[in-house]
Amino acid sequence: MGHLSAHSDSSLGNDKRIVTFRKYLVLAGVTVFGAAGDSVLSHGMKQVGNISIHDLPSLIFAVLNPVVALGILLLLIFIVLNMTALSWADLTYVLPATSMGYVLLALSARFILHEQVSLMRWLGIVLISGGVGFIAGSPALTSHAPDDSKSPLLAAKGAARNGAPGNPAPAEEVVSSGVEP
Amino acid sequence: MKHAYIWGGILTIAFFSVVGDVLLARAMKQVGDVHALWRSAGLWTVVSRVASNPNIFMGVAAMTVAFFTLLFALSWGDLSLVAPAAASLTFIGNAFAAKIFLHEKVDRRRWIAALLVAAGVALLAG
Repeated sequence: MGHLSAHSDSSLGNDKRIVTFRKYLVLAGVTVFGAAGDSVLSHGMKQVGNISIHDLPSLIFAVLNPVVALGILLLLIFIVLNMTALSWADLTYVLPATSMGYVLLALSARFILHEQVSLMRWLGIVLISGGVGFIAGSPALTSHAPDDSKSPLLAAKGAARNGAPGNPAPAEEVVSSGVEP
Repeated sequence: MKHAYIWGGILTIAFFSVVGDVLLARAMKQVGDVHALWRSAGLWTVVSRVASNPNIFMGVAAMTVAFFTLLFALSWGDLSLVAPAAASLTFIGNAFAAKIFLHEKVDRRRWIAALLVAAGVALLAG
């Protein structure tokens, strides 16, 4: 991995210091697909009906429901986009930056699923969104890439995969996103 | 009893989501910037590097547990409670886990955000 990282790091330079338009699109995609996936999945599970904890096979059959399957597909896209975002931003940046999904969820629950969303729940959602605003202006990346060779659990696996991923990012990459408010 | 099931499900979702998120975040930091890697070395390199990272599989396993727990919980409770509550608890857990395991700089601003989210969760549960 070393030669690839060195190449990409040197060729990118300031790219890692800035949350570019494309990266904002990825974050928006995480938000939309996450909310849509949860909403569609919920709709599908309501069609399937209650599932008893003593009837696990019915959970497998639930996946065959087209609406549930669509929800799963949307969530798979969400996972891919989320992983992409996590490759260039902190976990504690990606999660809040994509939390407008709560608002989308509330709107979809109210207007599509026709669930009752009380005033207290709306206030809760507003507070959560406020928390998001606090974090949105913080640096996108503050951490080094972890080195599993220091982890007793994974050191053996890493050694076995000689040359596999695991090199830390250079210190100069630990920088602000450049999106301070 | 139904409430116990719902909140048990929410806590289980949150726990395994935190484990999954931390492992995936760790893995993707090890993989490197996907955009840059794709541009410099191609899609296949990105795919192979992701597929060869053991943290990915452990993270996906944890998220799978969280996902099936979500399926159960959604069949018992409202989407507008289960999804935000589990996600918010996941967010708070992730703030702690990211600081401890990923060595992210979780500053005062991020902690305040965590408290706001915690308050939001309390209201959602009310």
